[in-house]
Amino acid sequence: MTCLPEKTDKKLGLLIDLNICVGCHACAVNCKEWNTSGITGPMEDLKPYGDDPSGVWYNRIHSYEFKKENEVDRTVYFPKSCLHCEDAPCVTVCPTGASLKRAEDGIVLVNPDVCIGCKLCSWACPYGAREYDTSAGVMQKCTLCVDKIYDETIDEERRVPSCVSTCPAGARHFGDFANPKSNVSVLAAENDARDLFPEMDTKPVNQYLPPQKREHNEGKKLDQKVSTVKDALLKWATLDFSG
Amino acid sequence: MQKINETEVKSTTCYMCACRCGINVHLKNNRIKYIEGNPNHPVNKGVLCAKGSAGIMQHYSPARLTAPMKRIGPRGSGEFEEISWDEAMEIATEKLRKVREKDPKKLAFFTGRDQSQALTGWFSAKFGTHNYAAHGGFCSVNMAAAGLYTIGGSFWEFGEPDWHKTKYFMMFGVAEDHDSNPIKKGIGTIKSRKGTKYISVNPVQSGYAAIADEWLSIRPGTDGLFIGALIAELLKAEKIDWQFLTRYTNSPWLVIDNPGAAYHGLFARDGDGTPLCFDTNENKITPMRVGKTKPAMVGEYTLDDGTKAVPAFQHVIKEFLCDKYKLSEVEKQTGIAAEDIERIAAEMAQVAFSEEIVIDMPWTDSYGNKHDQVIGRPVSFHAMRGIAAHKNGFETCRMLHMLQMLLGAIDGPGSFRYKPPFPRPCPPHKKMAKASAQPLGSLALEPLGFPAGPEDLAVDKNGEPTRLDKAFSWEYPLAIHGMMHMALHNAWAGDPYKVDVLMMYMANMAWNSSMNVKNAIKYMTDKDPETNEYKIPYIIYSDAFYSETVPYADLILPDTTYLERWDAISMLDRPIGTAEAAADSIRQPVIEPDRDVRPFQDVVLDLGARLGLAGMVDEDGNALYPGGYSDYLANHERAPGVGPLSGWRGKDGKSQGKGEPNPDQLQKYVDNGCYWEFQLKEEEQYNRFANQAYLETATKMGWMGSPEPIVLNMYNEMLQKFHLAADGYGDHVPPDHAKERIKKYFNPVATWYAPQEHVDNNSDEYPLSALTQRPAHMYHSWGGQNAWLRQITSRNYLYVNGNWAKNNDIEDLDWVWVKSPHGEVKVQVKYMNGLNEGTVWTWNAIGKRRGAWALDENSPEYKKAFLLNHVISENLMSDDGEIRSNSDPVTGQGAWFDTRVKIEKATDQSNDETVPLFDQFKAHTKHDRPDTLRYGFEKDMTFEEYERSLGTKKELTE
Repeated sequence: MTCLPEKTDKKLGLLIDLNICVGCHACAVNCKEWNTSGITGPMEDLKPYGDDPSGVWYNRIHSYEFKKENEVDRTVYFPKSCLHCEDAPCVTVCPTGASLKRAEDGIVLVNPDVCIGCKLCSWACPYGAREYDTSAGVMQKCTLCVDKIYDETIDEERRVPSCVSTCPAGARHFGDFANPKSNVSVLAAENDARDLFPEMDTKPVNQYLPPQKREHNEGKKLDQKVSTVKDALLKWATLDFSG
Repeated sequence: MQKINETEVKSTTCYMCACRCGINVHLKNNRIKYIEGNPNHPVNKGVLCAKGSAGIMQHYSPARLTAPMKRIGPRGSGEFEEISWDEAMEIATEKLRKVREKDPKKLAFFTGRDQSQALTGWFSAKFGTHNYAAHGGFCSVNMAAAGLYTIGGSFWEFGEPDWHKTKYFMMFGVAEDHDSNPIKKGIGTIKSRKGTKYISVNPVQSGYAAIADEWLSIRPGTDGLFIGALIAELLKAEKIDWQFLTRYTNSPWLVIDNPGAAYHGLFARDGDGTPLCFDTNENKITPMRVGKTKPAMVGEYTLDDGTKAVPAFQHVIKEFLCDKYKLSEVEKQTGIAAEDIERIAAEMAQVAFSEEIVIDMPWTDSYGNKHDQVIGRPVSFHAMRGIAAHKNGFETCRMLHMLQMLLGAIDGPGSFRYKPPFPRPCPPHKKMAKASAQPLGSLALEPLGFPAGPEDLAVDKNGEPTRLDKAFSWEYPLAIHGMMHMALHNAWAGDPYKVDVLMMYMANMAWNSSMNVKNAIKYMTDKDPETNEYKIPYIIYSDAFYSETVPYADLILPDTTYLERWDAISMLDRPIGTAEAAADSIRQPVIEPDRDVRPFQDVVLDLGARLGLAGMVDEDGNALYPGGYSDYLANHERAPGVGPLSGWRGKDGKSQGKGEPNPDQLQKYVDNGCYWEFQLKEEEQYNRFANQAYLETATKMGWMGSPEPIVLNMYNEMLQKFHLAADGYGDHVPPDHAKERIKKYFNPVATWYAPQEHVDNNSDEYPLSALTQRPAHMYHSWGGQNAWLRQITSRNYLYVNGNWAKNNDIEDLDWVWVKSPHGEVKVQVKYMNGLNEGTVWTWNAIGKRRGAWALDENSPEYKKAFLLNHVISENLMSDDGEIRSNSDPVTGQGAWFDTRVKIEKATDQSNDETVPLFDQFKAHTKHDRPDTLRYGFEKDMTFEEYERSLGTKKELTE
């Protein structure tokens, strides 16, 4: 089986704000177009023009309705990709070392040249974040755009995963969770960030900001000065409108 | 280090929808590797939506047309033979030449989501036909018309909320589109900070509404009542920006009150034409002088000739304090609780009047008054088709602008802000052609423009329509975007006349762009029994893809994809830009076509040259723009110094706005990321309807004819002129059949009325409103064949409110019949609780017709997905007992969202196909359609080599 690093220098990951995500799928499609030509691509499409089109997506958007007490049902959009767990079960279960967690930044990757397609990792991942390439017989997954974020030929502010740089609503943030002063650590601390399935003890690096309660100023209303046309014409005949 | 990313990057403008985002296209080995948002572009600032990100799959779609085609089977069969461009152009030229020699109006030229309307409209004028329009008439013309006739601007390209400063944002409708990325960016900006409330007023809680701080589940078509109730609350509490109203709107102007007289309801003016008001300082009627006069807002005054007059505002008070907008009544009709309306009015007033934003910045208004500060009332709004696509849409949109005026929340910090070149005069000073030209003639005016009164209508001496679509007639006087949704029907019916050639561009009129698919197909395939000729004799169509409309055309002129062409997003057309800067942009070809296709704009200019049209040929008859559209973009002048592009004008390229053509202009655009931006000074960025510095700049740039202030219309005198005409006054009166409609629907103060389908005899039998919206990833329909996007959505369901469905014995995933007076469609339902109980909805244009878009014949788009269009009609029995267009009676906007239906459970649940299924036409098989697609590039190195190249890699395998 494959070992995890004892400690990673950085914990690169995503902070996803579910208060802002409108479920537009921009992140998923931009991920697909970057990564299909990236170091772990191509990302296959089966029956792309056929009766049941499907394919490999490193990032997928789920949507569902939920109801909180005293609130109407709400629609929540939930983008999900690999969470780059600190205790990644998909790595430890790998018989060949193809599934690996990088010591320098914590990114979990699959080396397609070593992967034998046994699918143990996809059984081990509690999040369903692994994608199987049926043509090549290897497992694929989110790379945090490792082939983009370190590329010095790209402008520094664009050296973030494609799902982050493309997100129209700004719901996705990328950074180093090991650094308490990083953008993601500060946002996480200020906004009640949550682990996904903490009970699974995978220590996911990616964090989510859950939808906030909707609050209203119940009972607030304006004081009426006039109530009928007659009132208004009478009262406003002497009002000073100047300015 | 990483050879993997070595690409050539070219900028251009996206065209996967209508938002016009800047994109950077990464190319490798002459193939597209990656498309990303251009970080510097004013529209999208680096972001890109799902659709734009799927541009690769659009570009390589197997549905791409490959060569010109001539129909050889019957219309609708899909039987074509490929022909050469020479032959295609000769056929088209001969057809058009004959029309032009006989009667130019017999060419009807309708384009869809055309971003070259400045060219196509101009071509029509030079050809001599005014039967031209694009898709606006069935999209959102109510929003545009109401805005331009009320505040000189509207939403989207006209203006935007001040996303960075607003403290209260209310969005009506606008599920997931219009305009896509700027709205997402804006809402994200608001939601990323504390203290700004975002309210969504929408029957459906999806997309943008899902992340609102408050969702108001309104009944479709009742938004005007809700807005009216808010206005009433603010009036009653005197939470009104009196200063804004007296200075910048016509509220204090005196309106003649003499029922039965020819001038009743018009403004009283002095001999110079200056409107009068009652000055409370001097206690007499005086010409209105902003900043000097202290005008009365109510009261009855006697003019010199003894006629009574009242301030316009008094009419506003009378409208909104009437029983129609009583909270109990509004609650019943809209479904929004009275206490919620009260609370929201209070919240709005609090933000507008107690949390105002003050910027210390001197500015001078158009009336010579100097100000030390700019004051913003940080309440902002956005709306689009949700309130527009109803028969009361024009009035609803006007009411929204009236609410903005009452709050003083227009073009201040934190409120709605115009995007230059807006605001423009209400209405803009651009008249349109009233009739087509004589044989071989041209039109002096373009086909579309802005009537400023009954005298401007496109009607004949009997007051009947001169246009095929009846736009600008007494039936739809302010149809400023035309009425494309009526073109097929009217051409078929010969009402008002028949045409010889119908030419269309990227408009899927045989499918989701028609209100009534079955009839649209009939209109195109019916033959005249006497001659055995098609009733619409000849159809020329240009599209890049094999859409449902292609098989109905006689001649196909295949267009390129958006990555293979020059284009201009021109200030003469629908401009881009921001509140702070004017902007325009171009497309450049980033990849060579691998098929025998041509950009439609090149084809239009070529046709114009072959026909010898003015402006397209020189004195010797030679083409003026032999280099095609790019030649035209750089060298065409619409007026001296004014061309399609505003940047880098003049021989030296140093002029902006106006200047001589510059042969290097396009290269300058390319060097600048394919856009041009003109930053306004800060003192030019607010109160632009009366900001002297701004108006002078706007005049210099050619956006305004002169720096006159734009007075905002709380009271619309022009609409009253129509009303008076219907009363028989003036030289231009409507025919008898139109009089009652004009009287009913032309009101100087906006008023709410129930859409016809909600009140007629059908409302009990058809208890549900039926709506459509687009998924964000398929905003605008061309894209259904996209290999990536169809993995996200390849079929639609009808969403029904779960409580309602349970009470009506309909289970989740049941197949049901949706029935209206116009048709029926069999669909599968899904429960959704965040949905107004009296409403059902679905995704539009997911359903495709078998044979179209190069999909497998068993695709879900064909068998399970459906169009709601089958239960809509473009014609309806009108309230006056006549069959008329299913459209707003003022603007002709297609009233898609007035649709009413009932739902019946299908008896056979085992048959899981939608009905109707149309016959399959011959499919497009010009490209390979792989069973497995593995789009990508050969790797330059192994994974391990690559990973090592990044830095440290530790071997961790046991």
